[in-house]
Amino acid sequence: MNSRDLSAVLAEQVQAAAASGSRLSLQGGNSKSFMRTNAAADTLLSLQEHRGVVRYQPVELVITARAGTPLTELNEVLASRGQMLPFEPPHFGPTATLGGTVATAQSGPGRAYYGAARDFLLGCRFINGRGETLRVGGEVMKNVAGFDLARLMCGAYGSLGVLLELSFKVLPRPECNRTLLLEHTEADALALCQQLRRRAAPATASFYHQGCLYLRLSGTEAAVSAAASTLGGQMLAADGDIWRLVREQQLACFNAAQSLWRLSLPVTCAPYPEPTLWEWNGSQRWLFAPSDSSGPERWAREHGGSATLFRNRSERDLPRFPALEPKLADLHQRIKRALDPFGVLPPCPYLPAEPVVHAD
Amino acid sequence: MHQSRSPDTQRAAKLAPGFRTLIGSDAVLLESEDQRPFECDGLPVYRQLPLLTLLPADEQEVRDIMRYCHEQGIAVVPRGAATGLSGGALPHPDAVLLSLTRLNRIIAIDPVAGSARVQPGVRNLAISEAAAAYGLYYAPDPSSQIACTIGGNVAENSGGVHCLKYGLTVHNLLKLTLVTPEGERLELGSDAPDTPGYDLMALLTGSEGMFGVVVEITVKLLPLPPCTRVALADFTDIKRAGDAVGAIIAAGIIPAGLEMMDQLAIAAVEDFVHAGYPRDAAAILLCELDGSQAEVDAQMKQVCRVLKQQGARQVRLARDEAERLLFWKGRKTAFPALGRIAADYYCMDGTIPRSHLAAVLTRIAELSAEYGLPVANVFHAGDGNLHPLILYDANQPGELERTEELGGRILELCIEVGGSITGEHGVGMEKLKQMCAQFTDAELAQFRQLRDAFDPDQRMNPGKAVPDLKRCAEYRALAPLAGAQGKP
Repeated sequence: MNSRDLSAVLAEQVQAAAASGSRLSLQGGNSKSFMRTNAAADTLLSLQEHRGVVRYQPVELVITARAGTPLTELNEVLASRGQMLPFEPPHFGPTATLGGTVATAQSGPGRAYYGAARDFLLGCRFINGRGETLRVGGEVMKNVAGFDLARLMCGAYGSLGVLLELSFKVLPRPECNRTLLLEHTEADALALCQQLRRRAAPATASFYHQGCLYLRLSGTEAAVSAAASTLGGQMLAADGDIWRLVREQQLACFNAAQSLWRLSLPVTCAPYPEPTLWEWNGSQRWLFAPSDSSGPERWAREHGGSATLFRNRSERDLPRFPALEPKLADLHQRIKRALDPFGVLPPCPYLPAEPVVHAD
Repeated sequence: MHQSRSPDTQRAAKLAPGFRTLIGSDAVLLESEDQRPFECDGLPVYRQLPLLTLLPADEQEVRDIMRYCHEQGIAVVPRGAATGLSGGALPHPDAVLLSLTRLNRIIAIDPVAGSARVQPGVRNLAISEAAAAYGLYYAPDPSSQIACTIGGNVAENSGGVHCLKYGLTVHNLLKLTLVTPEGERLELGSDAPDTPGYDLMALLTGSEGMFGVVVEITVKLLPLPPCTRVALADFTDIKRAGDAVGAIIAAGIIPAGLEMMDQLAIAAVEDFVHAGYPRDAAAILLCELDGSQAEVDAQMKQVCRVLKQQGARQVRLARDEAERLLFWKGRKTAFPALGRIAADYYCMDGTIPRSHLAAVLTRIAELSAEYGLPVANVFHAGDGNLHPLILYDANQPGELERTEELGGRILELCIEVGGSITGEHGVGMEKLKQMCAQFTDAELAQFRQLRDAFDPDQRMNPGKAVPDLKRCAEYRALAPLAGAQGKP
């Protein structure tokens, strides 16, 4: 396992960019290139070589690693001590890094039960747009000193800082995981997931597609067996793989889609008018090639959620995120300027792209 | 007692009619005898009268006040129930005090979604009480939960005794409605798991009223666990108790609550509520598990085994709900219990990596002897949040100053071992000096720039949470050892 600290070099590069007024684009393992915006940049800052676990004491339930650390490496280190990142981030490729996971706020199957990436992030070290290296948050569970800039980095796509080091709360892997397959209509599957939530059942992951509801039960052997016997259905023999396939979007339905929409919805939301694959008790839904490209966003908004164009394989250049209301957009602008006054870092992905000015 | 400054009564009298027009005469307090009850929060060593005290009744009145303050350039200090322990709600002589306790309505509970929409003045415990009818509760439970408001919890990112498993306030929120310093209304978050945009919910939580006024909050509710059990273990050696905490976690168990108390705290509690703690123990641990009956039974067996292996003299399981509540009553009344045995007490709030517990407690004992002030320790052991309580007598000249200095050294000790100066009480007025030890000038400058993004006129809760550069320079000159170099 490689370990290398490039903090000083990276800070110099950001300082140089700030001095010359050039724009940087940031890249970890380039596994999520499909999320990249077409913003103009002068220099690519690669973070892939800035890697390695910095501190890990399993009994503290905290791990600190450099942003370029591959997710696979981090997962191996944790697994060797019987622990895990509970939000189970998708990789979308073997080179995925911890920094990219945080920058794009990726969470996987465990999200509805354990929490999201931002819930487990305790602190970080980052370079702001002035080239200053700052440390916020910490390596302890509870810390309310200073504003929570660490969680602000989650989902900021590098627009507020170059992530250097990240500290996460981790959890022990459950003693036992079992997956049940139950055949249900979509409405019944949603209702069952709601019931399970209210009963505090140990259902740590769910997904539904084409009449089949998959439920993962986790905990002690005794608790899982007790829950499984009341639920019925069919218990899968090899249960790990199905969750990896969903998480990595490797089921056939994901690949066939020209455009893949992600809907984030209240957990009580009714079925979507077209077939979807859903996870997180129905609060994350994947929509394949909708008949009308403005449909998902409108429907999600009407139902108290939002829609993101997660993968766009079409020729058309469509916005990835819905537009923010003007007052909120203005606040985003001011926060961006507070951290990146010279516009050195990538643009805020939630604001309309600024027109590209050609030097000639 | 720290010095206070008299507000400009002429200015107050001139401003009062404007506010009376907006929110009615009864809701504007001008006379100092009317404002006296508002002069401090849960850290009464700081007292200060505000310019005026305002008691709006609803969101619209808050917006009207904020717009008026924006136009007139008036600073604002928001306040909930003022149970905070860091002086975060301390009034400012040039600012109006905005009390939000009249916004105390539970707007709606959605039992299917598992959420409650509430106004900021609703008490923390009132949410769980209202949700109980649906078999639900709100997880974060600060010791002050009978009195503290949810708005204050958001401002401080409050914790409690169940944080290791259920998180802090920031983990239990879905939506916030913010009135900006200009009086604009912004809705942040949603009922969905995430919302496009920067994570402003996280940024707002724990921002100590520096970014605006939160006027509505949607919190997550959790199902009441079907089964809850607590074990009480006692140790003749505090280091062994600390090691036992690590051993429980190493066994792969995440307790719902894991609390430690030292001998001085145990004795005070026993005299006060007779919780059944063994008086001769050096330390006790309370370990609570919750979940399904099968899960709790299996894990409790494991916990008892681990505690015995780690040298617990005795491990007692609460026989019934009444005894479980009694065990907890001892823990939850530790502060007032200690308040009975000393003229005054000062509660600190540092966090440390748990593996440093024994070393930190030893050092605290040394410092206690050096300053001649007894220190009792109450510890959220599961999440490394230490509450040393310094016992002192404010009527003895110089004793408060010595207490504060001792407290400051304990916090610096927390930074040295890789922890933080505050786990859940906030910085407020109290820990401005230690902020200069935990953060560099560049980090503090970044916090100020971020504050300016929300509040360019710096009218929100002025003088709190983030120290100015001058103050830091003075502090660092006096304490050459303290400083950002203490960070790992």
